[in-house]
Amino acid sequence: MKTIKLLFLTLLTSTFIVSCSDDDTPQQINEEEVITTMTVTLIPQGGGTTVTLQTRDLDGDGPTQPVITVSGPFAAGVIYNGSIELLNELENPAEDITEEVAEEDDEHQFFFTVGAGLGTVAYSDMDDDGNPIGLAFEFTAGGAAAQGLFAVTLRHEPDKFAPGVSDGVINNAGGETDIETAFQVSVQ
Amino acid sequence: MRIFIMVLAMVTCNLLLSQECKYIFKGTLKDFHDNSVLSSALIYSKSEGKSFVSDENGKFEITGLCEGSLELVISHIACETKSLKFQIKGDRSETIFLEHHIEALNEVVVSGNSIKTESKTLQETSLKEDQLFKYNASSIGDALKEINGVTTINTGNTIAKPMINGLHSNRVLIMTNGVRLQDQEWGIEHAPNVDLTSASQITVIKGAGALAYGGDAIGGVVVVNPKRVIPTDTLFGQTTVGGQSNGWGGFVNSSLNKGFDSGWFINAQGSFRKHGDLRAPDYNLSNTGLEAGGFTINTGLSKFEYGFKVYYSYLRNEIGILRASHTGNVSDLVRAINSDIPLVIEPFTYDINPPKQDVTHQIFKANFYKRLQNFGKLDLNYNYQKNDRLEFDIRRGDRSDIPAVDLELQTHTLNVDVDYDAADAYALKFGILGRYQENFPNPDTGVKRLIPDYNKYDFGAYITSELEYGSGHILEAGLRYDLNHIDALKFYDKSRWVERGYDVDFPQFVVEDRGTQILTNPVFTYNNLSLSLGTRLDLGEYFELLLNFSRAMRAPNPAELFSDGLHHSAARIELGDLRIGQETSNRFASTLFFNKLGFDVQLDLYVNAISDFIYIEPSGQETTNRGPFPVWEYQSNDAVLAGFDFNFSYQFNSSWDFRNQTSYVYGQNTDLMLPLISMPPFQTRNIVGYTKTDWFGFNLQVEHQFVAEQKRFPDNNFEAFIPELGETVLVDISTPPPAFNLFNANVNWNFKVNTTSNLKLAVIVNNIFDTTYRNYLNQLRYFADEMGRNVLVQLQLNY
Repeated sequence: MKTIKLLFLTLLTSTFIVSCSDDDTPQQINEEEVITTMTVTLIPQGGGTTVTLQTRDLDGDGPTQPVITVSGPFAAGVIYNGSIELLNELENPAEDITEEVAEEDDEHQFFFTVGAGLGTVAYSDMDDDGNPIGLAFEFTAGGAAAQGLFAVTLRHEPDKFAPGVSDGVINNAGGETDIETAFQVSVQ
Repeated sequence: MRIFIMVLAMVTCNLLLSQECKYIFKGTLKDFHDNSVLSSALIYSKSEGKSFVSDENGKFEITGLCEGSLELVISHIACETKSLKFQIKGDRSETIFLEHHIEALNEVVVSGNSIKTESKTLQETSLKEDQLFKYNASSIGDALKEINGVTTINTGNTIAKPMINGLHSNRVLIMTNGVRLQDQEWGIEHAPNVDLTSASQITVIKGAGALAYGGDAIGGVVVVNPKRVIPTDTLFGQTTVGGQSNGWGGFVNSSLNKGFDSGWFINAQGSFRKHGDLRAPDYNLSNTGLEAGGFTINTGLSKFEYGFKVYYSYLRNEIGILRASHTGNVSDLVRAINSDIPLVIEPFTYDINPPKQDVTHQIFKANFYKRLQNFGKLDLNYNYQKNDRLEFDIRRGDRSDIPAVDLELQTHTLNVDVDYDAADAYALKFGILGRYQENFPNPDTGVKRLIPDYNKYDFGAYITSELEYGSGHILEAGLRYDLNHIDALKFYDKSRWVERGYDVDFPQFVVEDRGTQILTNPVFTYNNLSLSLGTRLDLGEYFELLLNFSRAMRAPNPAELFSDGLHHSAARIELGDLRIGQETSNRFASTLFFNKLGFDVQLDLYVNAISDFIYIEPSGQETTNRGPFPVWEYQSNDAVLAGFDFNFSYQFNSSWDFRNQTSYVYGQNTDLMLPLISMPPFQTRNIVGYTKTDWFGFNLQVEHQFVAEQKRFPDNNFEAFIPELGETVLVDISTPPPAFNLFNANVNWNFKVNTTSNLKLAVIVNNIFDTTYRNYLNQLRYFADEMGRNVLVQLQLNY
C-alpha cells in the first residue's frame, strides 16, 4: 500500500515538473505561401509606353484591401509582350514566388479573361508537356477604344489536358485559385 | 437451521475433545457500508471441512478449536466471497466485514446485459455491447445516432461529431474510461478520439446535469465505459474481424483479459481499421480513405477495500479529406456548388493524400481507490493526455508534406472524488479537480497559427446528492464551481488588431510591436457556477416521470476567442472575438415513461434557453489577392433550443418487435429573431425486428430512416463578383438539401462453439437502395453526395 502511494506521488510530481518547463516567446511566422504582390508588365513590341497592372496586399488574408494599380491605357492595335511577377513581401527580403510557379509549371496555369473589345491573349511559354503556363504571354490590344476588365487568375493543379484549357479557356480547368484579380483597363 | 449448526458444533466438539481442543471462535458478520448485520451467511471452515450459518444477529460460533490456524471462507448472497485466516491461541471474537453491494458495483459482470446508470433523474440512454456490435467499423458518432435525439455533424463521411439535441463540439463532453477527453474538441472537423471497439457501454446524458463530469456540458455528456474488471480467476478474450464493400475496407480488433483471485488483473486490446476511397452511388469520393489503429493496456489490483489501476491508450487516425472540397477562393466554391458532381474524381485508391488529417491521441491514467468503513469510497485520479494534430493541405512548392496545422495539446488532470453512501436516506458525491493544459502550435508549418500558444488552468469543485422520498420518488441536486484561466501568446497582424478594435479595448495585452505583426498576451479568467435539480416520480404501475432543471456556464474556447484566418474548405475568413464571455444555459427537461403489456413509450421534452450563446455567423466581406471572401465572425446572442425525442416500442410476441424513434429540435436566435444554423431537421426511424433463437440466435432488423428538409435556416447567402464569368453571382451556402429516405438492414447469428466460446456473425447493409442524398449537417455537402450502399460482414469470436 505504502509503495503504491509513493509511486503515485513520484509519478505526479515528475509529470508536473516535466510539463512546467517552456514559457518561451513563440516564434513569429511569416506566411510562406501568400502572394502579396502580382505585377503584370506589358511592354509594347516596337516601343511605346509600358503598361503595368499590379495588385498588392501587404497583410495577406488580413482586413486591408489589396491596392490595385493600372499604370495607363493600352494603345489600340498594339501587340504587348506580357510577363508576370509574383512576390511574397511578408518575408524579408521578399520571396520570389514566380520561381516556385516556374519550377512546378505543370501544376500551374494563368488564365486571362479579357472584356469584349479590349483585345486577345496568346500564351508564349510552355511546360514540359507542351501546355501553356502564362508567366509569359502576348496581348494584342483591340483596334478601337474600349473599357473593361482584364482578369488574371492563377490556378494550382488545374487539369491542363482538359478541352480548351491549353487555349486559355478556364471553364474546364478545375484546380484551386491561388490568385484572382480583375483590373479595370482601357484601350485608347 | 440453528439447531443443525448446534448439533454440528457439538459433534465437532466431541470429536476434537480428545486432542484437548477447547477454544471457541465467535464471529459477527457485518456490512462494510452501514454496519448492518448479515444473517444467513455461509461460513465454511477449511481447516475442519465444516460449514456454519450466521444467525439473525449476524453471529456464528465455532467451538472446540485446537491451537493453530483457522481458515474461513464466508459467502453471502450478493456479497463477495471472502477468505480469512485466524491464529487460534485461545478463545477469540472477531467482527468480519463483508461487501454487500457487490451486485451494484459489478452489475455488468453479474448480468451481461444490465446497465450501469449515471444518474436517476436525468435524461440518459445507454448503448450496450450488443448494440455496439454492428458499429465495429464505424466512428463513435455513427454509433451514437442509435440514440434518439443524437445526430452527428460531419465533415465528409469519416469525421463525425456527436450532436445532442442540436448542440455539439465543446458543448458535448466526452468521458472515456473516466478521463475527460481533451482533443481540441472545439473544431467541427475534429472527430473525437475514441476507439469504439474498446467500449462495452456508452451512455449519453442529455443536458448539463451530470455535474461530476464537468459544469460546461450544455449539450450533454457521452460516457464511454470500457469492459469491466472481473476480480476472479478468469481468462477470456474476443476477436472481431470484418470487411466492408464501400471503400473495400477491413478491420480487426482483439482483446484479452486475465484476472486473478488475488484481485490482480491485466487486459490489453488492439484494433486496426482501413479503407480506401468511399463511393457515392454515382462516383468515387476521391481521397476519403482512412487508416486507424490503436491499443490500450489496463492493469492493476481490484480489491474490495482498495485497488489501483494504470491505463494507457494510444490511438492514431489518418483521415483523407474529400479532394474536391479544397477551394482557393469564392469562385472555386461557386463552381463546386454549381457542379452536380465533385470537381475532382479520380480512380479508387487506398492512398491518402493531402488534404488529410493525421491525429494521434495518447492517454495515461492512474487511479487509486479506497473504501472507508461506515463512509464510502475515495477515488484519486491522475491523467495525462497528449493530442498531436497534423493537418496537411494542398500546398505549393513541395510544402504538401509539411503540415499546415501542427498542434500539440498536453493536458494533466488530477481529481479526487468521494462517494458517501453510509447513510440510508441519502447519498452524497463530491470532488475537486485541477487541470493544466498547454497548447503548442509548431511554427515550422510556415502558416499562420490557427490556435495560439497557451497555458490553461482549470479548477473545479462539485457536490451532488441523491435522496429518496415519499413512496419511491427520488430527488437529486448538485452544485459545481469551475474556474478557467487562460494565458495565451499570439501574433496578430497589426491590421487585424486595429480592425477588431483591440488596440482600443485591449492595449494591455500588447507585448511587442514587430512591424506588420504584434505579439500579444491575452489573459482571461472565467468563473462558472452550475447547478442541477431533478426528481424521479413514481406514478403508479405504468408511469414514471422525470423532471430536471440544470443551469450551466461554459467559457469560450480558444477557437471562439482567437480564430483569425482563412478556412479553406469553407472558403471563408473566420474571426474569433476576445470580448466574448461565457454562455449560460438554463435547461428544463421532462421525461415520461409508460410501460404496459409490451408497449414501451418514452417522451423527452426540453427547453434550453441559452444566454450569450456563442455561434459563428457571416458579418461581411474582405478582399484579398484571391478575391473577396465572406467573413464569418464569432458572436454571442441569446438563443432557445426546444424539442422532443419520442421513443415507442412494441413487442408483438417472442419473435416480432417494432420500434419508432422520432426527434425534432427548434433552434432560434431570440435576439435577432432568426433560426439557428446547423440544427438537425425532423427525423424518424422505424425498425422492425424478428428474432428466432432456435436458428442459432437469428435476429433480423430492417430499418427505415426519414430525414426531412430543414426549412428553418438563416439566410447567409451572399453576392460575389466572379471575374472569370465577368458577372456577380449569388453564392447559395444556406439552402439545406432536400429530404431523404434510407433503408438499412442487419442480420445476426450466434453460434456456440463449445462451453466457453461462441461465434457471432453479422451481415449489415446500409443504404440498401444506393440512394443519392446529401445531409444538411455535413460541412462538405456542397461538394459531393453521401456514401452509397455499404455491405459489411463481421465475425466475432468470444473465448
